[in-house]
Amino acid sequence: MTRQVVITGLGMTTPVGGDVETTWRAILAGKPGIVLIDEPWTHDQPSKIAGIMAIDPASCLAPHEARKLDRSQQAAIVAAREAWADAGAPEIDPDRLGAVVATGMGGLISLINSYDVLLERGASRISPHMVTMIMPNGSAAHVGLEIGARAGVHTPVSACASGAEAVSYAARMIQQGRADVVVAGGTEAVIHPITMAGFAAMRALSTRNDDPAAASRPYDIDRDGFVMGEGAGIMVLESAEFAAARGAKIYGVYGGSGLTSDGHHIAQPDPEGRGAARAIAEALSDAGLSASDIVHVNAHATSTPQGDIAESTAIVGALGSHTENVAVTGTKSMTGHLLGGAGAVESIFTVLALRDRLVPPTANLHNLDPQINLDIVAGVPRPLPAGDIAALNNSFGFGGHDVALVFRSA
Amino acid sequence: MSQQILEGLAAIVNEVAGVPVADVQLDKSFIDDLDIDSLSMVEVVIAAEDKWGVKIPDSEVKNLKTVGDAVNFISSNS
Repeated sequence: MTRQVVITGLGMTTPVGGDVETTWRAILAGKPGIVLIDEPWTHDQPSKIAGIMAIDPASCLAPHEARKLDRSQQAAIVAAREAWADAGAPEIDPDRLGAVVATGMGGLISLINSYDVLLERGASRISPHMVTMIMPNGSAAHVGLEIGARAGVHTPVSACASGAEAVSYAARMIQQGRADVVVAGGTEAVIHPITMAGFAAMRALSTRNDDPAAASRPYDIDRDGFVMGEGAGIMVLESAEFAAARGAKIYGVYGGSGLTSDGHHIAQPDPEGRGAARAIAEALSDAGLSASDIVHVNAHATSTPQGDIAESTAIVGALGSHTENVAVTGTKSMTGHLLGGAGAVESIFTVLALRDRLVPPTANLHNLDPQINLDIVAGVPRPLPAGDIAALNNSFGFGGHDVALVFRSA
Repeated sequence: MSQQILEGLAAIVNEVAGVPVADVQLDKSFIDDLDIDSLSMVEVVIAAEDKWGVKIPDSEVKNLKTVGDAVNFISSNS
């Protein structure tokens, strides 16, 4: 019998809010957090827009803490502190406590900044914290230190599927008996001329610079690419027994996960969405549920012309005729794409949608692409039915990574 | 001179490690009293070198056990 895993704490910092409450209110209101980047370096950038964290994470930390952390690590710590406090800071044997925090690109910006220091001031002026600031496992390690985790600290790296993979990894640590509580999620903060230029070179970014708030528009016929975002989402996962024993409040239940790979192309999705469909089917099977149990999908929906269609095909492929009963939303329309943070932030949105029985709208959807065969929630939130309900969160990443997570109502 | 160096060093230790300025006294050990780890000590050394134009070699850093040791080294080498 697999141990049941529940969600007992949430934390996040995103382009629409510095915490869960503010972010979730903005998401339900359909308010995009995408802005024009007002910096000289954008003059020759095809895309000059991004979702910048609403609250600078460094401002939430003591200066001596912030200086040792990459911005992505700062965001992870801010979100982790919120989630841990929200869970009631459980008293637990550190040997039974884990941390799994994913990232797509780690401390890339700290590396670039350090290289500038090297060129301008020499090797002796490189910070002794540079290595731990740039290592991809840095956020997981810092979060682990923060709570004193000794059951294991891990960092899945699968581009934009990383955050979802972290939630799956954490849940399996609990199911396998390695830990009773795991703090898990994802983080990213790589908005910089070099990354913007790199994604733009792939023709992956929206260039709707004259109307930033309308730029991320999943499923709309006029979508033209994704919008970079930054931030972190962290949840506290816990064995149901442990949570019950300490009387923890429960947001929702982790159902299961499916992890597959496309085997198709390094950056383009399989147009048939086969890997994604298999991930969804595996997640349902892992959760012991069938397609008819799913009432809501928080889709990966990055607002790229190809990706949204491939995911639509995958959802229809996996859920079949039940697709018509599923309320689908694309919250990247508001947050932008948080890369390694996306899967974690959107898992939290999925859990909150189940808790509140309310699916947030997809912003900027005015003319549905006729190739999308899904019931997309737009305009206003959509109520979900009473009783036991379940939802999916999809996350896919460059490299052909497909991760689907199932959550159930508490 | 020594008082100025102590004040400057206290500001550096505060910035690097968050230790209250008032706690940075001549008789305090960097490791045992102020909880400065070896990485943060490197930061303190870099900042002190920049501020007073001294060179503090690694071979000397291990002798700087207390704040007073550092103040003496800086005042006699700057």
